[in-house]
Amino acid sequence: MKEIIKKKRKKKNIMDFEKPLYELAYKIDELREGAKLHNIDLSKDIEKMENQVQELREQIYEHLKPHQIVKISRHIDRPTALDYIDLIFTDFIELHGDRLNSDDPSIIGGFAKIDSQKVMIIGHQKGRDLKGRKRRNNGMAQPGGYRKAGRLMKLAEKLSLPIITLVDTPGAYPGVEAEENGQAEAIARNLYEMSAITVPIITVITGEGGSGGALGLAFSNDVLMMRYSVYSTISPEGCAAILWDDPSQAPIAAKRLKITAEDLKKLDVIEDIIPEPLGGAHNDKVVTAQSMKRYLLKHLHKYQDMAPSAVAKNRYDRFRKFGSQNIKGL
Amino acid sequence: MSIAEWLAKKAHIDIEPDKLDIPGDLQTKCLACGEVLFRKMLIENQKVCPHCNYHFRLTCSERLAFTTDADTFKEFNQNLESTNFLKFKDTQPYSQRIEQAQKRSGIKDAIITGIAEINGHKNVISIMDFGFMGGSMGSVVGEKFSLAVETAIKKKLPLISMSNSGGARMQEGIISLMQMAKTSAAIKQLADAGLFYISVLLDPTTGGTTASFAMLGDVHLSEPNALIGFAGKRVIEQTIRQKLPKYFQRAEFVQQHGMIDKIVHRHELKLTLGRLLEYAE
Repeated sequence: MKEIIKKKRKKKNIMDFEKPLYELAYKIDELREGAKLHNIDLSKDIEKMENQVQELREQIYEHLKPHQIVKISRHIDRPTALDYIDLIFTDFIELHGDRLNSDDPSIIGGFAKIDSQKVMIIGHQKGRDLKGRKRRNNGMAQPGGYRKAGRLMKLAEKLSLPIITLVDTPGAYPGVEAEENGQAEAIARNLYEMSAITVPIITVITGEGGSGGALGLAFSNDVLMMRYSVYSTISPEGCAAILWDDPSQAPIAAKRLKITAEDLKKLDVIEDIIPEPLGGAHNDKVVTAQSMKRYLLKHLHKYQDMAPSAVAKNRYDRFRKFGSQNIKGL
Repeated sequence: MSIAEWLAKKAHIDIEPDKLDIPGDLQTKCLACGEVLFRKMLIENQKVCPHCNYHFRLTCSERLAFTTDADTFKEFNQNLESTNFLKFKDTQPYSQRIEQAQKRSGIKDAIITGIAEINGHKNVISIMDFGFMGGSMGSVVGEKFSLAVETAIKKKLPLISMSNSGGARMQEGIISLMQMAKTSAAIKQLADAGLFYISVLLDPTTGGTTASFAMLGDVHLSEPNALIGFAGKRVIEQTIRQKLPKYFQRAEFVQQHGMIDKIVHRHELKLTLGRLLEYAE
């Protein structure tokens, strides 16, 4: 039986904290089959157990710890930018290349329509399976990715198209070539340019919002987070390794860094939390996409009648205030 | 051991200052060549080792003294201090770390800003101090930098930033990340006002500081062998599973890849800044 559970778990990519739930559900299945086979009435017991499952489900998912949310945000089956583009947008025309020397597969972008509204959509792309994740570098972009994104944003501004960015990255790629090609400059340049772009920029953190690599696409008028996404200056593992000198302290770091949507909403760093199905977006991608679409339309609508210079000022002011209220003597 | 092995080993010896034997207050050892140096002479030589040219890290008051004309510096917002608004605690509370850093360094946070003259050229200057919690950028660094830029715009003065920072201050969580955006946006405003911006990237400048205002200068200067990069060397080594050469992310390497205009010996830095400022008058 253990083996079967193992198999099931592998297939469904169950996370460790969900294990009791799936084990109980499996037991119920087994009981049901046994009852049928031997013609015994176990319906009362089964009902009782099913209630238990429901209770357990609520217990697990309603009180997720930050480090468990980190796990959901990184889930291999979590919808990617291309999934959301398929499910929310129409007429997507992908555009390629940074016009310098590369086309980074970790960041994708292009023209698309949401309902009838024309937009520029840009996002980290993690890959839909292990092979795809390898090819896409798990959404860890090279400088060329940020430069491609910057180029598309300038194009959107030229054509007066609102920009939507979908953020899902562990961070900008830490590699030799990335350093040689100016990873820091590429991110800094995006921040610099995005601060003054005159079309609205709406960002959704869909999974991992990893540090500068995330911010490089998230200098936006409105930043929204999926319920089970995280956004952080440093990964909990990295923080634990540096400050505790002990990576096993990551769950504590995850809690203290305040990286969940709920915490960041309280800190006024994001505008909205987008609901997801219980347990994570991977449990129902279509419902998740519908939920995201509602919020995108709502936030696009906010800026519909705003003058271009006011849009840029709104974004500048949003970021100018961060931190000021935490300073003594100001 | 073959010569190649010996060289490979030699290339990866990192000098740990704590383990050096420092005989009393009068003398110190060069962190690079190990030569015993008299402190007084070292300071007279602007903290550059006379034997091997190693540039020691400076506090911001030393940097100020070596760079600006005497008695011209007027500091802005001297008393701004961070608070532990997340109630962050690792092995000790953030508030305690701030207190200790303040006591050790005599400054309130990792940056000082103000107006100064360099060889008679007036400018707004911002100097970071790696000795204050690794020069990390939190709310105060972001705010003081932005306020300095705003003053430069108001007074129509060029800006000099001397960055010296390990990156974002983790203890301030996401708010530290936001300082990257805030400072970069300030530089955009400075550029739109048509004002000159010289960024001096000092040893070390890494992480979120490099990936924001430090890399947005009109002219980028550095000192010999300064460490400048985005990702930490250890992180890259873990990712690519290879040891990196010693010159990796050093100023000379970064210059070869187009990110630094000029690597300037500390003795020449003030002169160079003055000559550059002349072009913006």
